[in-house]
Amino acid sequence: MAADTIDLEGIAERARNELDAATDEAALEAWRVTHLGRKGTVTGVLRQLGELEIEERQRIGAEANQLKNELGAALDVKLAGLKAAKLAATMQEGRIDVTLPARKKRVGRLHPITQTMREIVDIFVSMGFAVAEGPEVETDYYNFEALLMDRDHPARDMQDTLYIDYDRDGTYPFMMRTHTSPNQVRFMEQHQPPVRVIVPGKCYRNEATDPTHEWMLTQVEVLAVDEGLSMADLKGTLFEFAKRLFGQKRRARFRCDYFPYVEPGVDMAIDCFICGGEGCRTCHQEGWIEIMGAGMVHPQILSNMGYDAERVTGFAAGMGMERIAMLRHGVEDIRHFYRNDLRFLEQF
Amino acid sequence: MRVSLKWLADYVDLDLSPEEIGHRLTMAGLEMEHVHRVGGDWDPELITVGEVQSVDPHPNADRLRLATVNYGGAEPQTVVCGAPNVAPGQKVVFARAGATLVDGHSGKAMVLRPAKIRGVESAGMVCSERELGLSDGHEGILVLEPDAPVGRPLAQYLGDAILDLDVTPNRPDWLSMLGVAREVAALTGNEVREPEHTYEDVDEMAPANVSVDIAASDLCFRYVASVIDGVTLGSSPAWMQERLNASGMRPINNVVDITNYVMLELGQPLHAFDFAAVKSAKIIVRRARAGEHLTTLDGAKRELTPEMLVIANENDAMALAGVMGGEDSEVTENTKTILLESATFHAPNVRRTAATLKLRSEASSRFEKGLSPELAMIASQRATKMLVEIAGGRALHGLVDCYAAPAKEVRVDVTRRRLQQVLGIDLPTSDVRNALTLLGFHVKWEPPEHYRIRVPYWRTDISIADDLAEEVARVVGYDQIPTKNLGGDVPPAEPQPLRELRERLRDALAAAGMQEVITYSLTTRESLVPVVSDGDLDGFLHVVNPLSAEHEYLRPTLRGSVLQALAQNQHQRESEIALFEAARTYVPREGELPEEREQVVGVVSGRRENRWGRASDDPVDFFDAKGYVVAALRTVGVEPEFATAESLGLLSGRTATISADGVQVGVVGEVHPDVRAAYDLDDDAFLFEVSVDELLPAVKQGVAYEPLPRYPPVVQDIAVIVDADRLVGDVQSVIEQNGLVRAVELFDVYEGEGVPASKKSLAFSITYQSSDKTLTDREVAVAQEAILKGLKTKLGAELRG
Repeated sequence: MAADTIDLEGIAERARNELDAATDEAALEAWRVTHLGRKGTVTGVLRQLGELEIEERQRIGAEANQLKNELGAALDVKLAGLKAAKLAATMQEGRIDVTLPARKKRVGRLHPITQTMREIVDIFVSMGFAVAEGPEVETDYYNFEALLMDRDHPARDMQDTLYIDYDRDGTYPFMMRTHTSPNQVRFMEQHQPPVRVIVPGKCYRNEATDPTHEWMLTQVEVLAVDEGLSMADLKGTLFEFAKRLFGQKRRARFRCDYFPYVEPGVDMAIDCFICGGEGCRTCHQEGWIEIMGAGMVHPQILSNMGYDAERVTGFAAGMGMERIAMLRHGVEDIRHFYRNDLRFLEQF
Repeated sequence: MRVSLKWLADYVDLDLSPEEIGHRLTMAGLEMEHVHRVGGDWDPELITVGEVQSVDPHPNADRLRLATVNYGGAEPQTVVCGAPNVAPGQKVVFARAGATLVDGHSGKAMVLRPAKIRGVESAGMVCSERELGLSDGHEGILVLEPDAPVGRPLAQYLGDAILDLDVTPNRPDWLSMLGVAREVAALTGNEVREPEHTYEDVDEMAPANVSVDIAASDLCFRYVASVIDGVTLGSSPAWMQERLNASGMRPINNVVDITNYVMLELGQPLHAFDFAAVKSAKIIVRRARAGEHLTTLDGAKRELTPEMLVIANENDAMALAGVMGGEDSEVTENTKTILLESATFHAPNVRRTAATLKLRSEASSRFEKGLSPELAMIASQRATKMLVEIAGGRALHGLVDCYAAPAKEVRVDVTRRRLQQVLGIDLPTSDVRNALTLLGFHVKWEPPEHYRIRVPYWRTDISIADDLAEEVARVVGYDQIPTKNLGGDVPPAEPQPLRELRERLRDALAAAGMQEVITYSLTTRESLVPVVSDGDLDGFLHVVNPLSAEHEYLRPTLRGSVLQALAQNQHQRESEIALFEAARTYVPREGELPEEREQVVGVVSGRRENRWGRASDDPVDFFDAKGYVVAALRTVGVEPEFATAESLGLLSGRTATISADGVQVGVVGEVHPDVRAAYDLDDDAFLFEVSVDELLPAVKQGVAYEPLPRYPPVVQDIAVIVDADRLVGDVQSVIEQNGLVRAVELFDVYEGEGVPASKKSLAFSITYQSSDKTLTDREVAVAQEAILKGLKTKLGAELRG
């Protein structure tokens, strides 16, 4: 066999033309078999090399291998192009309207008062306070007497009371608790100082309702008793609480107020977070919003608990969740909370 | 307490704005609710004091007249006036065109314009109280005091600022002008001017030796009686009426007005008896007799009890001590001589009497807070002086003061250490001394530790050192107290398993898609009747003094409240509504506080949502409610079991108990149509109730990890034919008993063609797996054989061919 019978040029030209003409994967596969397959044109040349003279063999072998590589690479390019075009076509067909509504997943929510309560409890827990709950139906002793409001104390008027129909010698010793403070006493009866506890829970007042008054309330009571606790600790604790709940920029202030079970007694206000103290509707043009009552636990109460009131001192505070939730969410009517209208509840 | 600053200025110099005074009082514990400005709208140029120079008839109208008024301008002005009481020489309020007044008919603000009235030009107005916004009085023009200066802007002459103060129950002294003045003085560093209370009496003894007998000395600590003769009953002077009005009290006559005036001024309630009613000039302070009656000044005939204290003459009760006078001894036009009472009563007794009779008065609200007996004498003298000077009386010699056990001055020792212990700051001695002295305390400093304090008589609220710590703090200001971070030992936390479980259930139910509600703990009897058994109805706890029948009964179950919440929302949407509440229920216990049990109740109703979130045609059912229960309980580590059951208010055959570790913890079921009707629920509703207390023992603390399986599972499906009424749960538990079975899943229930009548086919997917080795086909086949045999013998089940 002679070298001049091998038309490598012709093979190359035919193969290139046919590759250009191929438009789908099947045609490309047929082309590959025709030229690069086991019995293909280029492979055929390589097979015949053994029959050639050494010089011819080297020259034609090199050219044929080069052609084989060239055609193989050209095939890969063509295949990749086809694949890309196919994917592009698929993507075009598969376009979706991403602005269609999401498939609805049921989302449940906690009541806004539960949410507020959780946040407040978390803040105090992070300050080392334990959480305790107490009964909602209380005795006169815990709700009033142990808090230095005996039967004839005028301060009882501050908390209109719902009495339970249980008559003992012509008086009604059981009532819906009017505040969470009775649990101060219950907790101290069971524990020795140091005491650091908060008491969340429902309270009840015999009050007519209006946009700012509700007869069922949720309060959190705060109590700490230890050696060396003073109003400075009370201030530090409550101011820090206010900052965490209402924002680090908040300022807070105490003013004198009266509760029979604390001495001195104060009311804590924060500067209005709507107007920053300038005066607006939320703060009734005051610039300040009162959020809780507080004070140093009356030494008589500590003595009654068997504590040494000369040695240990304590502070207490109490706040209403509804009021705080109203302030934070701009709710104008307290009665929304327990009407349980889903259109209201689902906003939180 | 309404405090007129114009009046207050009698006792203390006010050099601050009303707002600033209110602010300082508020910070010191006497909260100002608002300032009401009297005459704030009066233009000082256009509304002035005028003098009526002449009054002439109107040429064209009988009822109108022409008044010529000198208002301080260059020329007097003549205006048309309809008031019947206008007369020459009167000092009046004159408004010129352009002034803003209150329209006498509509009550709205209006600007005065020049007008022709029945043909006569009128460019001003002589004003009534109503037109000035002072009161509703429109019968005639407002006549000022004869010494009112002509031309003075009315805003200066009559303007005032009234502070509405919220007095705390510990400070009866703040229920007086003098008490508020003392506070203002302390907060501004000004002096207090005490009102004059000395008077001239006449050299004539009170007739027939007036005597006072305090028969109940435990309830009356002091009784001062003075007799004033020859009073002329009439109106009190305008300035006094103005002050009473500003304080919110209605002027009545000069005698009553003086007693009220002195009460407002000093805080001591007083009472004037017609002396003629005091038979034999004998006052007896005693407990009422059983069955005794008294007609009080409000005209009500009241039955008295021996717990009540009365002021009596020889025979009859004349007044309810500290609460209200009686009609028979009331001062009338015929009264010539009065007996003035100024006394100190036992505060709790006054409070109880007023509460029992539902008769709160200005007097009782002061007495019940505890007044000092010292005040009684001062007030008696002050009022006697005014009765002499204003009501034309003569104070007879021989004022009776019945004061068996004079109150001792209260002394309190405070150490510097205690002040620091309570306030957290070591205040300079001078600050402490200054603050307390300004408030009227007598302070003696004994270095290095002791302040010896004498408490002024009006401070009945001060008894211990910490009271004085507060006094110091509120004068120096709470801003002086430093801010400290809470240090010291953190007490060990105690676990609160019940509370924690309840909170975890709340989270789990919300996470599963339910909305939490909080409903009122007290409800109506009607709302409980459908959801509690007849036997329990009588045992309900209820409130004896409910404000509204809506909130009367303590609920023993949350079911009614949650169904009501569903009913309130059912018309808002057709798609699924799923609500739950976690709260206490109350179970009566004889002679003890009720048991409070934590419950969780959920309810599901409506139709499932389709792709678009809209209600489909597919209503929710029992298994949605069950699904929430399973989701919540699994979240807290409890695998619930369900068994057919009956429960009140739930539909028989569609109700199951929920158990955990073999103990019943709740129920789930379809709400009975009768119950639905009782709550006006339109759609089927499915309810569950879980007792948190019962569930608690089943909650596993700390889940133990199970190693992941090392050997492959073999999954095989079988279908068995059982009686149609056979419970799937029973079939499933037989399969689960096999030791190689790791999981069983029901995936089809079929009745119909190919299955015999009154039978059903259940298809299960069974996963076999061993933790020791890879199971062989043979081992699985043996296990399945054993299962099928067990199903056949125990339940009569056949493999479906």
